[in-house]
Amino acid sequence: MTDITCKLLVIGAGPGGYVCAIRAGQLGIDTVIVESTKLGGSCLNVGCIPSKAMIHVAEEFEKAAEAAAGKTPFGLTVSQPALDLRQAVAWKDGIVQRLNNGVAGLLRKAKVNKILHGRARFRDGKTVVVETETGPKTVHAEAIVIATGSAPVELPFLPFGGNVISSTGALALTEVPKRLVVVGGGYIGLELGTAFAKLGAKVTVVEAQDRILPLYDAELTGPISKRLTALGVEVLTGAKALGPTPKGGAQKGDGLRIETADGKERALSADKILVTVGRKPFTDGLGLENLVLEMDGRFIRIGERCETAMRGIYAIGDVTGEPMLAHRAMAQGEMVAEIVAGLPRAWDKRCIPAICFTDPEIVSVGLSPEEAKRAGHELKIGQFPFAANGRAMTRHGEAGFVRVVAEERSDLVLGIQAVGSGVSELSAAFGLAIEMGATLQDIAGTIHAHPTLGEALPEAAMKALGHALHI
Amino acid sequence: MAERIIKLPDVGEGIAEAELVEWHVKIGDIVREDDLLAAVMTDKATVEIPSPVEGEVTWVGAEVGDTVAIGSAIVKLKVAGEGGAAAEQSVAEEGAQEAPAEKPAAPPAPPKAEKPAAPAAPAKAAAPPPPPPKAARADAAPAQRRAPGEKPLASPAVRLKAREAGVDLRQVQGTGPAGRITHQDIDAFLLRGPEPVRGGGLVEQNAVTEVKVVGLRRRIAEKMALSKARIPHITIVEEINVSPLEDLRATLNKKPTPERPKLTILPFLMRAMVKALAEQPALNALYDDEAGIVRQHAAINIGIATQTPTGLIVPVVKHAEARDLWGCGIELNRLAERGRDGTATRDELTGSTITITSLGALGGIATTPVINHPEVAIVGVNKMVVRPVWDGTTFVPRKMMNLSCSFDHRVIDGWDAAVFVQRLKELLENPATLFVDI
Repeated sequence: MTDITCKLLVIGAGPGGYVCAIRAGQLGIDTVIVESTKLGGSCLNVGCIPSKAMIHVAEEFEKAAEAAAGKTPFGLTVSQPALDLRQAVAWKDGIVQRLNNGVAGLLRKAKVNKILHGRARFRDGKTVVVETETGPKTVHAEAIVIATGSAPVELPFLPFGGNVISSTGALALTEVPKRLVVVGGGYIGLELGTAFAKLGAKVTVVEAQDRILPLYDAELTGPISKRLTALGVEVLTGAKALGPTPKGGAQKGDGLRIETADGKERALSADKILVTVGRKPFTDGLGLENLVLEMDGRFIRIGERCETAMRGIYAIGDVTGEPMLAHRAMAQGEMVAEIVAGLPRAWDKRCIPAICFTDPEIVSVGLSPEEAKRAGHELKIGQFPFAANGRAMTRHGEAGFVRVVAEERSDLVLGIQAVGSGVSELSAAFGLAIEMGATLQDIAGTIHAHPTLGEALPEAAMKALGHALHI
Repeated sequence: MAERIIKLPDVGEGIAEAELVEWHVKIGDIVREDDLLAAVMTDKATVEIPSPVEGEVTWVGAEVGDTVAIGSAIVKLKVAGEGGAAAEQSVAEEGAQEAPAEKPAAPPAPPKAEKPAAPAAPAKAAAPPPPPPKAARADAAPAQRRAPGEKPLASPAVRLKAREAGVDLRQVQGTGPAGRITHQDIDAFLLRGPEPVRGGGLVEQNAVTEVKVVGLRRRIAEKMALSKARIPHITIVEEINVSPLEDLRATLNKKPTPERPKLTILPFLMRAMVKALAEQPALNALYDDEAGIVRQHAAINIGIATQTPTGLIVPVVKHAEARDLWGCGIELNRLAERGRDGTATRDELTGSTITITSLGALGGIATTPVINHPEVAIVGVNKMVVRPVWDGTTFVPRKMMNLSCSFDHRVIDGWDAAVFVQRLKELLENPATLFVDI
């Protein structure tokens, strides 16, 4: 049994934890980081990165298939594409591994040399025991950051295993399932469902609420619904999953019983059932019962400095609640490291961008019109369609629009949303505008390069001001 | 878009220039019609200049403390609508058209069509006359645009700078678009000095606050310096037994009417001064020290030094010799009110031949009043207190009040000064003598 004493202990090396450790290392803080699986957390290993890799593969495949079917308007034809999914997964795993190593390298570069592999368990507010391969190690730390992340929620009547898979399982499939049922029409389910549909699966989405992506307004999700229909994805809204179909063996052709919107029971046959009904904070085995933290439901309650109810214990990322996004965790991690270094910091961000890598993509930054109204703002809204954008036409992706939500009184931009092919990259401009406190005039007065999708942003701002040029 | 030049209007009183004492706007501000642009000060009154139109301030023509000629441009506004020859207008020219029969070429009214929400718009369609310049106190703070509880708006770099400097952004006013707090706003806030640390015991303070001496303050400063530089003061302090006077005053104040309002001690003092000065006209005089002439005035115009929110002013009770006790009291009340609410006219603030200064209950035991140059005497009233007085056999309680009177020793000898003070004492201690011809 070895004892380690340090200034800062970070539990979890996901995007929040490893960024926190890197920043702490930069600031000269003696830091130890603990990870039970691989560096990079869900995001890097089983989330953002691998899913984007598979989405890319599916996109390329679908384009080739479209050309093979002679459906391109520009006369491209190819022979029928074939995909070795095993190789695609290996390619994806290669990327993940490179990034894993990248995180390790970055930690080393920041002089965070103590990386413990194993499960951490609190003994008390200053002491954590890590079960490593070489036996338990006790770590005494002045400050401890809980960055343990989240895990997919399991449905009790549809536990993971067999043909019931989580997003993690979906990203490891080596064969495209013929029939895929996705339970949960949130962004994870739709991203993966769309990818598998493009790869040739017959996909059915079962969503309990009355529309897909319930967190976004119908205007934004409209183009997604259209595209899903075009891809042959069946979307059943207002439908409840009830459980597996009783007939048949455990291995083959097991289906899902659902209750449809009109109250009828229906059986969906499925080779795989992907359950993406949300994520829950991951605190199992962490020994939180040995602490006196205040909770916020299942999440750890934090203040504006990411401090918990116990002095010297901070929590960041998914374990602290919505929005469960890697970039939020990273910003929190960076901030907490600086706080531990004694710098005056507090959470004062104006926005956390959110993106759905569906087809087309959705970006939402700041307040939606509905949220802004609820917050009591009088609004000016400008919307510019990509159908009027030259670059969108030449990319053969005219669906969607950019929408700017501003305060009537001051023209202060409160929110920017977009839906369209490739709009995820516009999130940079959207976020900057809101974080800087831009007004409509600031956006309209910035020259945006032509021809780009980004031109839709100043046009939307000018539309809100009453003088859009290209519509 | 057109440019509109706002000139300094003729603020009355036949003056040629006025001192700019406060800006209510700065470049980049959007002003609405009737919003105040600036305040100027003539000899004694402050006049606020409203904007005749809605527009954005693009230029300001003077700094606080500058003296600006009537008719010179002070503000340029970018306004909606067509520009043109009529664009140059002073606020007053536009507002002071009094002949309705001969309507001047109406200025191009800003198109209000884009603002259908304005309920007053239809009624004001026909060339609304902007309000005349308002005389008012110049203490209106610049409008804080952030509503209480509203989060301050600032870029991440500004937020970081504020945190590092320990500045609570909620206390910083934003001058940027939509009230955004800029780097300059933080710098300006820091220059004004850090907020005192709360609850940490005694703290060294090193902040220096610069206050520009302008307007009324500057006038007072100049006047005081002039008086003290030129006039060798002699000050006599005498105690007065005001018990009988106070008894009389209490009796008279029992049933006040509009014609006979409640009296302070000042009308009695004024009557006493009228009587004393009749015997010593040399004290009711203005000394033109450059010409070497003392002008003794038959009119006894008594200036009353009055504290107002903006500073010291001296309204004048004209012809005190022709006013009885209540006449003095009524005029005194009227002037005090006008002085306090800033509506006193230039005429009411000039022409004194002698001055009374009184701080009431704050009056101290003795003061050294500064003569209101070019007058030669000033009567200072100190506070009234009950003191034990030896009446020859025992101590008796008496209401005692001191008078501290200063004189210009160049033209008033100590003897004459003492005679005047003794005469005041005699009259005030025997109030009946105020009302009989002796």
